[in-house]
Amino acid sequence: MGEVEFLNWVRGSGLNIAIAVFLLGVILRLIEIYSLGRKPDLSAPRHAAGASGLHTVFRRSLPPPGMMKRSPVSYIGGYIFHIGLAVVVFLFAPHIKLIENFFGLSWPGLPSQVVDLVAVITLVAMVVVLVDRITKPVKRFLSTFEDYFTWTVTFLPVLTGYLAVKHLLLPYTTMLALHILSVEILLVVLPFTKLFHAFTVFGSRWFNGHLNAHKGVPV
Amino acid sequence: MRRGLSVLHRAIHKLEPLRRIYEQEYTLLGRLAKMVGLSKPVTDDELEEWKELVYNSCTLCARCSLVCPVGNDIVYMVRKFREGMAVSGHAPEGLIGAVTRTIEIGSPMGVRLPAVQAQMRHVQDETGIEIPLDKEGAEYLVMLSSMEIMNFPEYLSAIAKIMKQAGKTWTLCSTAFEATNAGIQIGVSDLAKVIVKRIVDGAERLKVKTVISPECGHAYTALRWDGANLIGRPFTFKVLHILEVLDEFRAQGLLKTEGFETAKMTFHDPCQLVRRGGVIEQPRNLMKMVVKDFVEMEDPGKYNWCCGGGGGVSANEEAEQLRLEAFKIKKRQLENTGAKTLVTACANCRITLEEGLEHNQMDIPVVGLTEMIAEHLVETPSAKS
Repeated sequence: MGEVEFLNWVRGSGLNIAIAVFLLGVILRLIEIYSLGRKPDLSAPRHAAGASGLHTVFRRSLPPPGMMKRSPVSYIGGYIFHIGLAVVVFLFAPHIKLIENFFGLSWPGLPSQVVDLVAVITLVAMVVVLVDRITKPVKRFLSTFEDYFTWTVTFLPVLTGYLAVKHLLLPYTTMLALHILSVEILLVVLPFTKLFHAFTVFGSRWFNGHLNAHKGVPV
Repeated sequence: MRRGLSVLHRAIHKLEPLRRIYEQEYTLLGRLAKMVGLSKPVTDDELEEWKELVYNSCTLCARCSLVCPVGNDIVYMVRKFREGMAVSGHAPEGLIGAVTRTIEIGSPMGVRLPAVQAQMRHVQDETGIEIPLDKEGAEYLVMLSSMEIMNFPEYLSAIAKIMKQAGKTWTLCSTAFEATNAGIQIGVSDLAKVIVKRIVDGAERLKVKTVISPECGHAYTALRWDGANLIGRPFTFKVLHILEVLDEFRAQGLLKTEGFETAKMTFHDPCQLVRRGGVIEQPRNLMKMVVKDFVEMEDPGKYNWCCGGGGGVSANEEAEQLRLEAFKIKKRQLENTGAKTLVTACANCRITLEEGLEHNQMDIPVVGLTEMIAEHLVETPSAKS
């Protein structure tokens, strides 16, 4: 397969397969989780200010007292790369164009130079949190193959995207094809790994907040 | 056996076998993997190895559940895991004993009604106040923990004095005096249900309006939050912790105190009362009534650090070493306050703290908040007969 055929495949069949697996996977996982259901709580509720599912959704986005000092790399690095990923995915003009082609939705993007800079910062932050994971005994102990695997499939799309835009390392066409392929791998993997937290994080925060709000504890 | 705190004791690691069971039984891919033999089954040997992590090194304090950015209620999952551990025969001896005694005798420490009656007589002689038993139609049913019956009889005498001053009717119950629930700690819901049902039956037989949970953290969780769910219907009475009752009395002007403690004092928040119970402001209101120099520990209220003996750990001899290790956090916090007296509102915290302090040769008395309040009650002429 030549590089043009490769690019055509990842743009055509490859993308269709990836999106199909992604969508079916997301639906399957959501059904698996939400069909577990929950029983109504029969104990008499207590009400307290600031205690609700929604409060917890927002509150858990901020470090609890003392935790920033305990684990600065996790929090700061975590914020940077999550926000960075959102910026490069959703505010890069060619990505917006692609989404517009698919769904007809469009919004203004950021200048290319800004997105470039954000991509570099994101890559650096991801490397820093990876090094932190490997060097801190507790984090290394808790890390499994899945943790390193999901890190890799998240890192590669940003890296190949940046290299493609900058015309570095490989011919543009090849690098673009690799970039699209890496995104497809990410899409296929996401529903079945920890990366699915993208879909469950607010639900689980809400659930925890809701259960504790019943007891009048703003968690 | 492992010694000391280690990376193994990280909360989420304790759940690894449970996570695999979830994956293998409740997800499609996991089930497929299991069918073709690609997944690692959870074995008895593995569960036995995990006993230390699920029971000995977890007090169900739920600080992990409070700080998890993803919002996982890790302790809720540990409790689920314990359910599996208990039915598969991997619960620790100490807890099995406590549950068996609660079911067969009526209390985890083997306390029977005559022991309660002896304490009642003792308190009656000391205070001159009659301790009512099985008084139908009383407003409050007062529950005890065996720790209070055996080690802290001051509690019952405090209740007698406070109720007398507030002019409230109350009673003990001969068929339900024990409030602790080792069934919850070990993780067997049907036994937890049997224990809760005794209290429900007693409260309904005596037609009380409110059942007062004693100074015991798990008793409160068991009765206030788990109870109705265990028996499968809402209660016909209210459940309040004694501190909630005292704070209500305070707000209604029914709790009149005089004088102040002069020593610098701090309050240890029992996990089940605060983080898992929502009784956060009441102890502070009450402390301020009788303590001039009240200092908060670092991380007060819902962020408190456990005494180290919750969740059945204090009943589990295998966990002792680790418990004393974990106590170092409490020790440091306590030393930082410079307090001369430590006040709390859970008999289990109290005994754990006393043991920890003694082990570290620290001369700091541990006091129950209810009895401290009772010591400051304005004496009414009829209080002594």
